[in-house]
Amino acid sequence: MKQKKSILANETFQSIAASVLCIVIGMLIGYIVLLVINAKGANEAITTLIKNYFTFSSKKLILKNLGNTLIKTAPLIMCALSVQFCYKAGLFNIGAAGQYVVGAGASLYAALGWHMPWFVCVLFAMCAGGIYGAIVGFLKAFRNVNEVISGIMLNWIGLYLVNMLLSGVKETTSPYTLDLAKENTSALMPTLGMEKFFSNNTHVTIAIPLAVIIAIVIWVIQKKTVFGYELRATGINKQGARYAGMKENTNIILTLVIGGALAGTGAAFQFLTGYEQWTTTMSSVPAMGFNGIAATFLGGLHPVGTVFASYFIQHITSGGARLDKNIYPSQISDLISGIIIYLCGFVLFFKYAINLRLQARAEKELRLQRQREENASSADAKEEKGGDK
Amino acid sequence: MVLLIQYTLLFASVLMLVALGGCYSEHSGVINLGLEGIMVMGALGGALTLKSFNQAYAAGNVSAFVVVIVTILIAILSGMLYSCLLGFASIQFKADQTLVGTAMNMLAAAMATVIVKTINTSENPNNVSTTVAYIDAKKALNRNIGSFQFSWFMLVAVIALILAYVVLYKTKFGLRLMACGEHPQAADSVGISVNKMRWAGVLISGMFGGLGGIVYITAGVSEWKFEVGVAGFGFLALAVMIFGQWKPHIIALAALLFGFFRALSNVYSGFDFLYALGIPSSFYNMMPYIISLLVLAFTSRNSRAPKAEGIPYDKSSR
Repeated sequence: MKQKKSILANETFQSIAASVLCIVIGMLIGYIVLLVINAKGANEAITTLIKNYFTFSSKKLILKNLGNTLIKTAPLIMCALSVQFCYKAGLFNIGAAGQYVVGAGASLYAALGWHMPWFVCVLFAMCAGGIYGAIVGFLKAFRNVNEVISGIMLNWIGLYLVNMLLSGVKETTSPYTLDLAKENTSALMPTLGMEKFFSNNTHVTIAIPLAVIIAIVIWVIQKKTVFGYELRATGINKQGARYAGMKENTNIILTLVIGGALAGTGAAFQFLTGYEQWTTTMSSVPAMGFNGIAATFLGGLHPVGTVFASYFIQHITSGGARLDKNIYPSQISDLISGIIIYLCGFVLFFKYAINLRLQARAEKELRLQRQREENASSADAKEEKGGDK
Repeated sequence: MVLLIQYTLLFASVLMLVALGGCYSEHSGVINLGLEGIMVMGALGGALTLKSFNQAYAAGNVSAFVVVIVTILIAILSGMLYSCLLGFASIQFKADQTLVGTAMNMLAAAMATVIVKTINTSENPNNVSTTVAYIDAKKALNRNIGSFQFSWFMLVAVIALILAYVVLYKTKFGLRLMACGEHPQAADSVGISVNKMRWAGVLISGMFGGLGGIVYITAGVSEWKFEVGVAGFGFLALAVMIFGQWKPHIIALAALLFGFFRALSNVYSGFDFLYALGIPSSFYNMMPYIISLLVLAFTSRNSRAPKAEGIPYDKSSR
């Protein structure tokens, strides 16, 4: 009986099961949408979406495109970690999108405007994101401004600021920023020979292993250090944490600085690979930060979980781009991610419901057991009495 | 100058409608971050309706009145339907309202793109754009007064404003709605169904959000690319609502101010002295957000936000 209880009540098992359930339902709805659009090719389309780079026949192309998916996974992991880190401290960092944006602005300007080497650019991105996060933290700690609202405002301010800033280093005929590979190769992140494994995909850089390492570091900080413990305690019960002598305001600001730095670094991991250029006419905040929210919740609010969730989201997004554009819109994968994150909203409720039922069942068992014992003892007593007679 | 006034009034109408919608929802105790997504869905419904009227209106088979009314109704309906997602998750299942709102924004953008692309490619296999054109039918929405183009939606926005003021402050329903956002336990104890009131708040916000969506995409242009969504107007409306301290009459003023900045970013090059200043349009776009952030920083200590907003109502925690 103890075995049975431990698997359903196990926190990790619950999280994984919930995420898998969300994915399955999301995929199912996506499949139905594909069927509605065009029933004939739906089976092929959904397999393309799931297989992504495995649709290629040659091993070389498979590896090259695996690299492309991984390149975009690294920044997503960083944004997800930013959201996760803040969420554990009780803060909903919707501003990760803006911190990502200013990170992109700072790193690209340092690279193209000042011709800095890559590690300085990364540092710039980290600081820009951190400062941007600090604004949210300061407003929250000292001016009582809800972090979601200020985050949203700062997202848009950041977008327009960066568009203005990067207009100084864009190509004259297009809205794109200058090509890093032509302008300043020292700002490209090193590949350490990894490109050979990915069929000469030179955009595969140390950003990918770095993101995974940072995820593990975050996990260790949260689980094993006093600092992490304090942050989690503040997240669970603010008043309690203050009563226990923790500096609540400092912790709020520090959390958002770290969260911001993570998202900002994510932007450097994206743009310093030379895989993509910034579009200075962008009229909406890049989806990366919001996808980070999706990856965080899909990853069960666990740093290592977010790594897998980020990969999954990027995998189906890249897979969506491989659909036949004349029949199916590639945004179908965005639709699926959207549904999945919507479903994640229900996860906490279901966990709560499951735990409640388990608890009720355990109590019932206990009561029955007690009753049985009582019955037995009263029966014994009777017998004893009978024996006396 | 006329153009500036016209755009200001149009954008102000959009912001006012959506912010008033958000106002109902927040007063009932549900934070509606999904306004952006609701606007997209309303815009989609309205745009497709307008598109279907294109030929009939150009040929003179339907009156302008019918076009306006049907478009408004469909936009409202789309917005309300979509807002059910928020109500279902956050009222029925007590989900995190911030998370659900964010999900709704992502979902709406993707859904609108998929729907429009599917319609476009089914009409013409080579058309993979996300554009809906409603050039002819759009003429029904406007009436020229001199060089000023009056849009019927401006009138709708004014009516919505008066209605909001009366409903929220002068009717039993409005006062009950606000009670659920301030102290749901107290409201429940005198026999008000908190869940019903919150559903009402969310649905009304869906209604206005959807309406705001169609007003936005018909402001100045006669076709819309759905891959850009509504370019952050839902979030701007949230800023208007906060700037307006959750009160309809201040929201109206805030909407005018923010609408003015948005309009300025569109038409500033038409003014010689502004053009000479050389400030890029990004700057004007940024202003509303900076202003509301500053206002927040100085007023949040004694914020007028509904006290129980964002907290799922749990009967047992009374």
